[in-house]
Amino acid sequence: MPLLVFNKNGIYCPQADVYLDAWRKVPKCIVTHGHSDHARYGHGQYITHKTNIPIIKHRLGKLQVQGLDWNETLLVNGVKFSLHPAGHIPGSAQVRVEYKGEVWVFTGDYKLQDDGLCIPFEPIKCNTFITECTFGLPAFSWEPQEEVFNEIDSWWATNRSDDVTSLLFGYSLGKAQRILKNVNADIGPIYVHKTIYDLNKAMSEDFDLPEFTLLDTSMDKSELKGSLIVAPPGVQNAAWIRKIGAQTTAAASGWMTFRGARRRRALDKGFVLSDHADWQDLLTAVKATGCEQVIATHGYTEIFSRYLREELGLDAKTEATAYEAETIDQTQETA
Amino acid sequence: MKAFAQLIKALDSTNKTNQKVEALANYFKTAADSDKVWTIALLSHRRPKRPVNTTLLRLWATELANIPAWIFEESYHIVGDLAETIALVLPHPKGSTEMSLTEVVNEIAALGSQTEDVRKSTILERWDQFNYYERFVYNKIITGGFRIGVSQKLMTRALGQATGIDTDELAFKLMGNWDPKTISFEELIIAPSEAAAVSRPYPFFLAHAVEGEVEQLGDISQYSFEHKWDGIRAQLIFRAGTHFVWSRGEELVTDKYPEFDKLLDLIPEGTVLDGEIVCFPDGQIGDFNLLQTRIGRKNISKKLLETHPVILIAYDLLEWQGQDLRSTPFIQRRELLDKLVKKIGRGTPLYLSSTMHFKNWKEATAERERSREKRSEGLMIKRKDSHYGVGRKRGEWYKWKVDPFTIDAVLTYAMRGHGRRANLFTDYTFALWHEGALVTFAKAYSGLTDAELKEVDSWIKKNTLERFGPVRSVVPQHVFEIAFEGIAASKRHKSGVATRFPRIHRWRKDKKPDQANSLEDLKALIP
Ligand SMILES: [Zn+2]
Ligand SMILES: [Zn+2]
Repeated sequence: MPLLVFNKNGIYCPQADVYLDAWRKVPKCIVTHGHSDHARYGHGQYITHKTNIPIIKHRLGKLQVQGLDWNETLLVNGVKFSLHPAGHIPGSAQVRVEYKGEVWVFTGDYKLQDDGLCIPFEPIKCNTFITECTFGLPAFSWEPQEEVFNEIDSWWATNRSDDVTSLLFGYSLGKAQRILKNVNADIGPIYVHKTIYDLNKAMSEDFDLPEFTLLDTSMDKSELKGSLIVAPPGVQNAAWIRKIGAQTTAAASGWMTFRGARRRRALDKGFVLSDHADWQDLLTAVKATGCEQVIATHGYTEIFSRYLREELGLDAKTEATAYEAETIDQTQETA
Repeated sequence: MKAFAQLIKALDSTNKTNQKVEALANYFKTAADSDKVWTIALLSHRRPKRPVNTTLLRLWATELANIPAWIFEESYHIVGDLAETIALVLPHPKGSTEMSLTEVVNEIAALGSQTEDVRKSTILERWDQFNYYERFVYNKIITGGFRIGVSQKLMTRALGQATGIDTDELAFKLMGNWDPKTISFEELIIAPSEAAAVSRPYPFFLAHAVEGEVEQLGDISQYSFEHKWDGIRAQLIFRAGTHFVWSRGEELVTDKYPEFDKLLDLIPEGTVLDGEIVCFPDGQIGDFNLLQTRIGRKNISKKLLETHPVILIAYDLLEWQGQDLRSTPFIQRRELLDKLVKKIGRGTPLYLSSTMHFKNWKEATAERERSREKRSEGLMIKRKDSHYGVGRKRGEWYKWKVDPFTIDAVLTYAMRGHGRRANLFTDYTFALWHEGALVTFAKAYSGLTDAELKEVDSWIKKNTLERFGPVRSVVPQHVFEIAFEGIAASKRHKSGVATRFPRIHRWRKDKKPDQANSLEDLKALIP
């Protein structure tokens, strides 16, 4: 029996009777991070990194949760579980599972770039590596974060000097805080959409975000002139957006790599900024584990695993999950 | 090359026409003259001869990127554009270059006569010096097909802003055969052109749709009726010993319709006709599908002229003997037009859209019922005393279309929408039964309410069978009534049938998929 199996509920450890990021209600579940496709509602008990607790409580309401520190071991029926930074969003963890000397790692979502917001990804030696590959295609290659924020800053500054409001769309959990943390706040006032505002307030104070104001859609639109509004992608078509006057829209996402993605979403501008690993970083991550077996989950799984088999000689296969890594046009609040 | 790539990036960075115009205008104000000419050429789909085939380009890109060929092909499949795929998979550049656009284009043009080794080493060297946008642009120059939303109209507006020259004149100057290798910006754009002034069309006057009951238009004796032809609206201009054909998009399309050349000897100078260009094979009006073939072709071959001939069905006379007739009452303009067309007579590609007069609305309604037999879309209702206005003006001209055809079809595929509906599955493919299987017959994007769209969207997400990129096949379960304007046999369509303007009429929740119509039912509608 493998240490972890994929069943209809999620990724399951039979020896410990514990699930990882289950997509159906289960009695006991280790949750890698707060995105809605990974942290689902209705489990009996949640185990997650301490940083993630206020986030999932904010999103899912009251729940029974046990918090772990980085590297802290949780022993369940002889199986050692521990959490290690995944660098994806604040509180995001990889799960290391060890039993009788065999080690498996489940990455959840991750990136190798240091975003200045969360604790950077930490490679862990293992036998089997269950990795996401949302951007598992050689077409994806991220520029250094600094360059992307230079672009964002100059976009905002230009818009501001033209008295145009800059609307930047990014996932409310992770991307929004990364934008706030790294954008040049001296350019002008920053407003955030309510979902982001509430999340920021729920998250720990340690993130040291610059000053931001809750966007009140009833306020005088002249106040917003030249400001930066950070909002989740789902509100792109909301009625209040049309009312704020002269504006230009942009999205920050790895999908903005494709010219077509930006055009399909009728955005003016796309910034290629992702909280997932790009092609080279996925390969780097796989190699760093020294693993013999790779299981690719959400993303371009077939392509990525074939590359690992044929080019790197690894034992690589894919498993279907219910994590939503599906599309370019995705605007739901999952990532 | 840097400035040109920056321009493409700027054009790519906005969906607002005004900003695109501004970006282009700024470029035209600052770029070198030869680069400007090449920019106009490239954005109007003129490019140097392709020096290498795409197979080689792919091979070289794969080598430089150090990836297996199959993964390049997979990436291409997902990205959907070869120039973009190559630009994306190549490793970050090691150098840079200050080559101008003209130098780059000339180098590409000269590659054709070089050995394969030289072609390869040159292209690889450039790839290694260009950043993402420069690479993308470079690949596009080589492969062709710059689609970045710069229409002829946008281009002329920008050039107009940069040079102060009238846009109609510019549209004329950009027409026809000019060679970016030999022509200068001065010759192409700046030098005054008398011919341009001569070619100028009038703004088209448009009709309103009849809303509510047609009887509300009042006294029927005030109106003149015609059938509404389904082609392209056009003006034929005869001035100063030459002629011009302008289409409604305000594009000069004289070269595309050489049929009208022979009218030059028959129609006096100082004449402007307004009418509809339609395809006219076998002595009768062909369906719009045939015309589409003509519109799509750049090279008008002799064979095409035989299989897809066009005529102009004239319905208005805007200029006569050099006089602007637009404020002359419609009925008087028509008298002159009728006389002119009758005089020219048969055997020419000039036909008349006959006017009709009815005693009561019942008679008019009966004539409208005959529209399909007459291969029209319905009736046009024009006030006898109407002037030829500008744009769309209430109370003068009306279009009164026939009710659409309808058929019940099964939803089989869905794709995510565009623009404000990009998060919903809103683009649907519909199928009809044929020998126990569902055969795709039309795509439709509109017709449902927002609430219905949401309902269908969430159903699709739960009932997906397979995914192909942005497209999903779904469980064949829902039946929709599809309305469309025209129907014709078509070899290009899998179903053997082409429909015009298909749209969703209503969601037939009362019907099971096996109660949907068959392909045979659809074919029975072909006139
Ligand atoms: Zn995530
Ligand atoms: Zn995920």
